[in-house]
Amino acid sequence: MIARKKSVFSGQSAIMLLLFIVMSIITLTPFASIFLASLRPGKEIMRQGLGLNLDTSVMTFNNYIYLFSGESDYFIWYKNSLLITAVQTVLTLFVSSFVGYGFAMYDFKFKNFFFMCVLIIMMVPMEIIMLPLFQLIIKLRLIDSIWGVVLPFIAGPMPIFFFRQYLSGLPKDYIDAGRVDGCTEYGIFFRIILPLMKPAFAAMGIFIGMNSWNNFLWPMIVLNSKEKLTLPIGLNALITPYGNNYDLLIVGSVFSVIPVIILFMLFQRYFIAGMTAGGIKG
Amino acid sequence: MNFKRWLKSVPYSQRIAPYVFISPFIIIFLLFFVYPAISTVIMSFQEVVPGHVTFVGLENFRNLFNADFYKAVSNSLIYTVITIAVLIPLPLVLSVLLDSKKMVGKNFFRAVLFLPALVSVVVGGFTFRLIFGEMPTALLNSILALFGVQPVKWLGGPAQWTTFFALLTLCTWRWLGVNILYYLSGLQSIPTELYESAYIDGAGAWQKFKYITIPLLRPVTVYILTISIYGGLAMFLESFMLFNGNRSPGGAGLTIIGYLYRLGWEQANIGYGSAIGLILLVITLSINFIMLKYAGLFKRGE
Repeated sequence: MIARKKSVFSGQSAIMLLLFIVMSIITLTPFASIFLASLRPGKEIMRQGLGLNLDTSVMTFNNYIYLFSGESDYFIWYKNSLLITAVQTVLTLFVSSFVGYGFAMYDFKFKNFFFMCVLIIMMVPMEIIMLPLFQLIIKLRLIDSIWGVVLPFIAGPMPIFFFRQYLSGLPKDYIDAGRVDGCTEYGIFFRIILPLMKPAFAAMGIFIGMNSWNNFLWPMIVLNSKEKLTLPIGLNALITPYGNNYDLLIVGSVFSVIPVIILFMLFQRYFIAGMTAGGIKG
Repeated sequence: MNFKRWLKSVPYSQRIAPYVFISPFIIIFLLFFVYPAISTVIMSFQEVVPGHVTFVGLENFRNLFNADFYKAVSNSLIYTVITIAVLIPLPLVLSVLLDSKKMVGKNFFRAVLFLPALVSVVVGGFTFRLIFGEMPTALLNSILALFGVQPVKWLGGPAQWTTFFALLTLCTWRWLGVNILYYLSGLQSIPTELYESAYIDGAGAWQKFKYITIPLLRPVTVYILTISIYGGLAMFLESFMLFNGNRSPGGAGLTIIGYLYRLGWEQANIGYGSAIGLILLVITLSINFIMLKYAGLFKRGE
């Protein structure tokens, strides 16, 4: 009787396992097809679309050779993307944690009103104010500059929300202890609180960094000189109806995704913490 | 002298410090959000050509009563509804299955299903564009051919549903793993005693799911619903990438933001573009406030 019941259970497990294996295969198929395509001549991709077929007789590493030959702007885009991602991540982390600390640790007049403002930004798609924001960036002479891309978003609502939640969980004794020891209000933040926030920085840093690395529309609008383009903009520019750039497009895409996947595998815990930060824990 | 010292000490007082802490936000908020938002409102009543601005009253809004705008709004709404219909029940069930004791390899599958979220919309978009290609050799058509189905023109084909199917597939591919993460983290906060006592009371798996899991995951569901409404109404780049630009046959992939982009950027009709932005702003804010009121979205954190 018990043995039979057990076999039913393992039968259920097997079905569930099968379901997730199928789901995983479907999820990984686009990755596989783009990787296989990087070994095929670009013209063929253009004519045939992406598939899972690989004709070994025309298999070629030319795309990779071309990528590393330095004939294209690819690594300029790469460098620009790295720079923007680094600047945006560091600045956003710093500013948002500073602001989040203010919301978490103090009671002050209009606190709820200001926090409501944070939530409102979270609710409004940025594309709505894109036109006047662009005009403003021109007026401020930030056009075609990394600062035009980064500055409007360094007080990100998500990070502020996250840091506020995180810091609310810290005991206020730290602050009192700091005050007793003669720290200024800012000294408490910089000397006592910042070092305590490393896990929060890791989680949010990955979240911000990933979004910045993949950011497309706003950088495309702000940046226009050829030597300042980022990876997504550069790759997008390769998609022409003539398909003469598909070699670089495909192999370049593979190389833009690989570092993110490696980072994800190394720091999966922080990725997950960053993604689920949106007030879920409540 | 004394006054100077007092002035110097002001930012260090405990009463002023919180305002200093949140001041970067206030500056950014006023400069890069409130100011452009007000500009949007003002410009939506103007005709703006470089160097020349005229007040045109409600003209821009009157112009919105056209077939393209209806198409854009209906596409955005349909897209929002179908993505919500898939991206809430599916991850809910999958995460409950993943979380069950009978499941092996939970962390592995969680990671695999999350991978697409790491890919930029540019790379993901053109990959799906080539997978959904109309050629018989493109992946989806070549799979269908195994079942004897003729090649389908998925993107901007004669039937509108094929375009929605491609958009929905792309969206599900990218966000399924993320929503599973949300639900999994919500499941951790449900006390196991609840399930144990339900088991003692003789509740089956379905009853436990219906009377414990679903109600207790409600905050997560409301959160996913909110970001899905936001993402659905603001959808633009997915369509932009699938159609290799903002032009799709018969407006099959036209969305509200796509229409704003077409008028505001491509045709430099900034006043008209602003009117569209304003309407979308009103739609999103009212939906969010309704959610806030009836679903208590932000009450949890307090």
